[in-house]
Amino acid sequence: MDDASRKGILIMGNSGEPKGLDPHIVSGVLESNIIRSLFEGLVEAHPSKDGIAMPGVAEKWYPVDPARPDEWIFELRKDAQWSDGEPLTAEDFLFSFRRLLTPALASDYSFMLYYIKDAEFYHKSQRSYLLFRKDANFTEDWWSTFKNVDFGPNEKAEENSFNFIGLDKLTLTNLENLLENPSLFLWPKNLSPEIRRSLIMKNLNFEKGDRGQLKKDELKDLWKLIELGATAPDMHTLRVKLNSPIPFLPEITKHYTWYPVPKHIVLKHGTIGERFTSWTKPENLVGNGAFILKSWRFNDHIEVSRNQHYWDKSNVGLNGIRFLPIGNLYTEDRMYFDGQMHVTYSIASELIEYSRKKYPEHVRSELYLGTYFIRTNVSNKPFTDPRVRLAFSYSLNQKSLIDNVLKGGQKPASGLVPPFGNYPASDTVTFDPELARKLLAEAGYPGGKGLPDIEFLTTDKESSKVTAEALQAMWKEHLGATIKIKQMEWTSYITAMFAKDYDLAAGGWIGDYMDPLTFLDMWMKGVGNNRTGWHNEEFEDILGMAAQTGEAAKRYELLAQAEALFLGERPILPVYWYTRNYLLHPDVKGWNPLLLDNHPYKFLRLQPGANNRKD
Amino acid sequence: MLRFLIGRVLQGFLVLFALYTITFFLAKAMPGEPFTSEKNISAETKANIRKLYGLDKPIWEQYIVYPKNIITEGSFGISTSKGRPVIDIIAQSFPNSLMLGLCALGFAIGIGVPIGILSAVRKNSWIDWSCMAVAMIGICIPSFTIGPLLQIYVAAHIPGLKVAGWGNWEDILLPAFTLGLVSAAYLARLTRGGILEVLSQDFVRTAHAKGVSPTQVILKHTLRGGLLPAVAYLGPAFAALISGSFIVETIFQVPGMGQHFVNAATTRDEFLLLGLSLFFGLLIVVMNLLADLLTGLLDPRMRQSGGTD
Repeated sequence: MDDASRKGILIMGNSGEPKGLDPHIVSGVLESNIIRSLFEGLVEAHPSKDGIAMPGVAEKWYPVDPARPDEWIFELRKDAQWSDGEPLTAEDFLFSFRRLLTPALASDYSFMLYYIKDAEFYHKSQRSYLLFRKDANFTEDWWSTFKNVDFGPNEKAEENSFNFIGLDKLTLTNLENLLENPSLFLWPKNLSPEIRRSLIMKNLNFEKGDRGQLKKDELKDLWKLIELGATAPDMHTLRVKLNSPIPFLPEITKHYTWYPVPKHIVLKHGTIGERFTSWTKPENLVGNGAFILKSWRFNDHIEVSRNQHYWDKSNVGLNGIRFLPIGNLYTEDRMYFDGQMHVTYSIASELIEYSRKKYPEHVRSELYLGTYFIRTNVSNKPFTDPRVRLAFSYSLNQKSLIDNVLKGGQKPASGLVPPFGNYPASDTVTFDPELARKLLAEAGYPGGKGLPDIEFLTTDKESSKVTAEALQAMWKEHLGATIKIKQMEWTSYITAMFAKDYDLAAGGWIGDYMDPLTFLDMWMKGVGNNRTGWHNEEFEDILGMAAQTGEAAKRYELLAQAEALFLGERPILPVYWYTRNYLLHPDVKGWNPLLLDNHPYKFLRLQPGANNRKD
Repeated sequence: MLRFLIGRVLQGFLVLFALYTITFFLAKAMPGEPFTSEKNISAETKANIRKLYGLDKPIWEQYIVYPKNIITEGSFGISTSKGRPVIDIIAQSFPNSLMLGLCALGFAIGIGVPIGILSAVRKNSWIDWSCMAVAMIGICIPSFTIGPLLQIYVAAHIPGLKVAGWGNWEDILLPAFTLGLVSAAYLARLTRGGILEVLSQDFVRTAHAKGVSPTQVILKHTLRGGLLPAVAYLGPAFAALISGSFIVETIFQVPGMGQHFVNAATTRDEFLLLGLSLFFGLLIVVMNLLADLLTGLLDPRMRQSGGTD
């Protein structure tokens, strides 16, 4: 490592082998760590301040109307280049957006572009809607009578039935059959035969039109039916029209789903909707970040080195970065103490205290934009009653859990949204066993008597078990409630939670971008990440108002109001705000605590110092 | 001999097909899907991914398509968790596992067989007892204890020896030792037992009576027969050693094949799971066959019965 320090090569633990290096395919933190070195978005993260944007491919960016920021201009730098020397233009961004939204690519992070006008319709292939919205007879009222039609896939319908596939996904052959026999599709009763026929005809006529090379069972592309909000008035200007005002759009564009991919290289190795092509193979990969891929040994390391075509290359402080896919926390810590790396991905909780004593200047413990909470299943007794949920929440001694069990410097969660920036953090969630007992008694379970069997679902990790046992003891002590712990292997646990097959379930959420909304909009009705069965019209109305507010302060006020309402009902019990604990060598300069933990590599420096570890 | 070989090869295919069937249906029976993740994926996206991997087809069709693709295209599918062809993953990780396994086997034989012989020759002496006690400990202590102990007390104190990692030749020493230790212990016990059995036979007494030196008796007359149990064990043990070990690989950060077994199961990566199972099955079948052939060479009795089987 000392040798690496002198050579200016940063060695980082990265927890595992990446699924790939295509920014449009991957969806994990460890992939993001590598991709951020190879690609650069419109704006770049600030090395020490959260929520501040630095110039990236864009030199300047601004909303067209500052009072209502629902349309943005990004002025791209004219000297922007790909690592093979080709110019990088607004066209590359348009291509990238379209690629991420192409249904056949099957990217699972496409929703990050849904803010752009018409993006969602295209990605979800909402054929019927797109065909009808230009129809003169079309009105919102008329459209709302269709509400119960299965336009998209309905997984609850009989397998391989037309409802299961969804009206919008029926092929030409399917539609012809449907025209002959409309009962192949289960229509809502209030839909007249004329409307049904009109729906089939419009879809059929569209699929019948100029099909080019398409096979019989393939669907036509809907690109020509939409007007994507992203356009390029000229080579170096990108204009993005959104569905609603988003004052924090630059923050969202820091996410790798918004990064450009090289059109000329992607198309050289395949089509726009092809997932498994060789453009990300080490010998083919072309990026626009501060570094380029140097070597990749599967499951051993990935190394990147300086990109000579990077616009800001004179300010890049490192000569390279080496990412190690170390999955075993203890091995990683031992390697760090053996002098094999500069930064670890994490630190084993048992080793935190030891490391703090022995190497105090190496241990980092920083607040992370994430909340650990417990979901309640509000459709299952006793959690149908908000008083029971509140009682279970007020009986959690968060501080004791952190100090005696977790020991990682976590912060007791007094609300759902972790504290950051100017957002007024909530202080509603507290430890108040007396109030908890009172609420439980009011709900009809004095001293825990009469409570039905309650299961607490958690994962099979040892640390999950220890946490669950601590919580179990608190509920027993303060409420007299007896809870059973049910541990499940990871994928089974996720599956059970999606199926709402639980009473209480451990969970958490890491913010995707620096805005409270990333923690709040998931609790709306029908959002897949909700999984509690809870929804509330007033809550959604407030979020709707916030979405239409361009003014930042007013918007935060509304979001705080929504959070307060949510916590009053408490479908989830916030426990603590995450911290990131890891080891960082003092040789590394320019590495500052960041809430999203996305450290922009180009600002880092290595300065071999005298205060090295053991020898 | 030829009939024996053909019979065994056909048997091997049957075993592999049974293995495929069981693995396929077990994988399908696990709750969740390859792309189950903490963050919700829309129904449209799920449908797209299923289509991409052919998981939208009826289950019996999937059951037939996989072996068909292996035979017609030589394709073992694309790993859903690693996003690359299963065959690439095996090709990249197996050489490392093979290398580690061979070294581990070297340790196992180099340590196990001499200790076994020594114990047998000095039966019921303190040498025998201490050797067998050490062998018993070797069998009982799991590699997740030995590995970290070696890292902390050996690697961290010897300059040039890394705690974990893979790149230089010396990086192989500690993981190979850890991996080979259990096999060495088994081998020691099996060798001791095998040699003791042979030593009690009439022809050995005859050799002693003829005045052959004790060393000659062991090397020339006893060793060949005495190693039979050890050889029979070595076939499958070798297959297990070279197909990698999840524990040793994660402790020593070895880019081998063993970790993929566990990760494929936990991530519901059924193509990777099937590919690895078939590959591992093939290794076992081949190694068993080789072990049987080797036994035939060492033991004339087995050769005959094998030939007329």
